[in-house]
Amino acid sequence: MPGTLKIAYRLLVNDRAKFAALLVGITFAVFLMIEMTSLFSGILKRASATVINIGAPMWVMDPAVQTVANTIPLPDYVLDEVRSIPGVKFAVPLYSGGGLVKLRDGTYQSVNIVGLDDASLYGRPKLLAGNIQDLFTENAFLAVKDSEFYKLENPAVGTEFEINDHRGVIVGIAHVAASGLFGVPTLYTTFNRSLQYIPNMRMTISYILVVPKTPADVQAIKKSAAAAGYVALTEDEFIQKISTFYTYQTGIGTNMLLMTVISFIIGLSISGQTFYTFILENIEKFGALKAIGAKGRVLISMILFEASFVALTGYGIGVGLCAAIIFLARLYLPDYAAIITYWNLILAFIMVVVIAAASSYVGVRKVLRIEPFDIFRG
Amino acid sequence: MPKAAIEAAGLTKWFGTGEAKTMAVREVTFDAYFGEMLYIVGPSGSGKTTLLSMISGILRPNAGTVKIEGVDIWGLSADALADFRLQKIGFVFQDYHLFPRLTTAENVAIPLILQNRPWDEALNEARRDLEVVGLKERAELPPVKLSGGEQQRVAIGRAIVARPDILIFDEPTASLDGETGRNIVSFVRQHVLSDQRCIVMVTHDSRIFEFSDRIMRMEDGKLKAIERESLSAQ
Repeated sequence: MPGTLKIAYRLLVNDRAKFAALLVGITFAVFLMIEMTSLFSGILKRASATVINIGAPMWVMDPAVQTVANTIPLPDYVLDEVRSIPGVKFAVPLYSGGGLVKLRDGTYQSVNIVGLDDASLYGRPKLLAGNIQDLFTENAFLAVKDSEFYKLENPAVGTEFEINDHRGVIVGIAHVAASGLFGVPTLYTTFNRSLQYIPNMRMTISYILVVPKTPADVQAIKKSAAAAGYVALTEDEFIQKISTFYTYQTGIGTNMLLMTVISFIIGLSISGQTFYTFILENIEKFGALKAIGAKGRVLISMILFEASFVALTGYGIGVGLCAAIIFLARLYLPDYAAIITYWNLILAFIMVVVIAAASSYVGVRKVLRIEPFDIFRG
Repeated sequence: MPKAAIEAAGLTKWFGTGEAKTMAVREVTFDAYFGEMLYIVGPSGSGKTTLLSMISGILRPNAGTVKIEGVDIWGLSADALADFRLQKIGFVFQDYHLFPRLTTAENVAIPLILQNRPWDEALNEARRDLEVVGLKERAELPPVKLSGGEQQRVAIGRAIVARPDILIFDEPTASLDGETGRNIVSFVRQHVLSDQRCIVMVTHDSRIFEFSDRIMRMEDGKLKAIERESLSAQ
């Protein structure tokens, strides 16, 4: 490390009170920014839980569908039409809807019911207990063991219950990758049984799950579906569509953005003000350095180094703190939705860089303006 | 005939324009020589500090030239002038301007570090010069733990560590009591001044006049007189 940067480092860390204030400011801002954006990421992931858990590469739906929960039923002939598209390896129907389970104490619990294709059970979850073949037996359901599982009074294989005035039996306990957003338990059954249990309109298929023969067939399938008046989306596109809906069509995105911006402003205010004070306190010394022969770019490099060092250290602590808090929160709050993604980290990093740049800009301006002659004049 | 270290000719400086224009220095011409300690004295506002700033390459004159060892310093680019100051000129400021968060040795080493000398080498040289100014034992303390006189000696150590030919002192005794001020200047006279070095000092303090070789008296921005005092003459 060049000696001038060592000097800068020592000037910074040896002023413990200001260094601590700078670190607290950046750490706090990073923590809040990552916490907010992680919560948002978690909410978006949960909003797409059914898509993630089913795992189909392509989904055919009505063009007006905005989220996986708000289905618009498709006529049965669409399934045949999709199956006839060249490039489709196979296509199966999926039912997604809501039901009411009557609990032992007589109260009702809303549930999300997913009806899988009777022939293939395509999109079935991983079983923790039970046998998948038992799903073909009478009144059979799989219960998903996620954070909402307890709302069904923690059923086991063989537990009987009443759903929409019909008898149901739990034949398996399943595990899925993502829990749902709306805080209701999920039951899996076959497509036809779901139609028997849940009152339906004339059209019954919620989605058609499509597996293309090759990735190159995706575009042709999309075109054919569009020509038939429907839309075919890849899994990622569907997740993105759902995310876009929640981000822009509900208040969630705006509120999270607002909180993130407030966190950014808090971080900028604390660290900018403290850094400015730090520079002001040393301004005459920087002027003396200029008189001795330090060039402007050397002083700029010292200030940028100090700002970057504080920013990166605060960022690291902030990320660590946030990860620890989320980890602890998940231990005690199963419904806690926050997940840290690379995008959260990148966004927070960009914001920290902006904070560091803004703070150092003020310092650099001040230092470049000081004239060595002012040092002589006192 | 001693060799000229600084040749200032027709130096003029004003601040402001129009009715606010103030003449700070008016056509001052003088030479300073190697091996001498030249004082610039005069009342407040007489232009001493402005003159000192112009001859040390930190304030551009409106007219006139300054040559240091034959180099017209105001003909140099900003970067070249900064390098020139770093190599050739050492500064001792009135308020020392030491970094309170660095150790004494680190403060002294700053000019060497600015010259891109390796950190350890710069600190070792700084410690050697702290020995010269009698502060070897204080090398690892922060300046705030030192007395005013000691801080002034640290500032002198910083000024001489890069072995400059010209030393510029701005009111070096202003923040010190009489006895300490005399001791400092006496020390500079005995240990810092040499045949290869020229010292120019701005001061109000008549108690240290005895240590000068020549005294330039300024008044209203003009050079009033150059007097020869001093130890070397005595």
